[in-house]
Amino acid sequence: MNSSSIIFYIIAAFILSTGVLAVTTGKIFRSAIWLLFSLMGIAALYFWMQVEFIAAVQIIIYVGGIIVLIIFSIFLTQKSGEEMPKPTLKKTISSLLAIGFGFAFTYLLIYQYGFNSGNAPFELKIADIGMQMLSTTEHGFILPFEVISILLLAALIGSIVIAMKVKQPEK
Amino acid sequence: MNEIPLSHILFISTALFFIGMYGFFTRRNMITILMSIELILNSVNINFVAFNKYLFPQNLDGVFFTIFIISIAAAEAAVAIAIIINLYRSLHSVDVNETSELKF
Repeated sequence: MNSSSIIFYIIAAFILSTGVLAVTTGKIFRSAIWLLFSLMGIAALYFWMQVEFIAAVQIIIYVGGIIVLIIFSIFLTQKSGEEMPKPTLKKTISSLLAIGFGFAFTYLLIYQYGFNSGNAPFELKIADIGMQMLSTTEHGFILPFEVISILLLAALIGSIVIAMKVKQPEK
Repeated sequence: MNEIPLSHILFISTALFFIGMYGFFTRRNMITILMSIELILNSVNINFVAFNKYLFPQNLDGVFFTIFIISIAAAEAAVAIAIIINLYRSLHSVDVNETSELKF
């Protein structure tokens, strides 16, 4: 039990506890803030796994983008100080049973599989990501890159069109 | 670093996935359902990065999948919030039980 594994378990407890609070707390704004902490914890986990680029992307896009978007939409559509209606007891118990069994079976499979992890060092160079992302050779990712750019353009135009206020014709 | 076995990281991602499922089952507000979906997508990202780091350290495929999933999640959140705002404008509610306009 060295300091690295202690840090890992602290990060794990942080992610899971804030995640549980994000889906159970009664006020919607608090739920968004707990989700923010959970996403920050996941970024910390990426830093712990030494994939700094993904951690930076996680902080920029999730914490800086999606959470801000969610908070704005809460302010546009909700009375954020009010308690949300609690789920019924029957619904809570059946959901707890469903996720309990689901988690137990899934983790049993994972635990019994026995992954044989190699001991090769893993290092992530950002230059390698850039080269492989834009290379047109066999293991390049240029086609998904272009498809994603089209998808983002479509999402941009689509969300503007959906959320646009339609002008009523004047009579 | 390698003292933590892969199954412990998979424990986090599996638990996070089912926490997201719990929120998906019990919440009735569309924005909180969207938050649960974000938790689920993040658990998948943790899986990809952990598998890449532990099982295939010579490749970068998991990192690329994570980048693409993050960008698709951003697009999905933008479109979903546009739909939620449009729905609020016409129904004055984002509760999934009250949005029954498309029922036959």
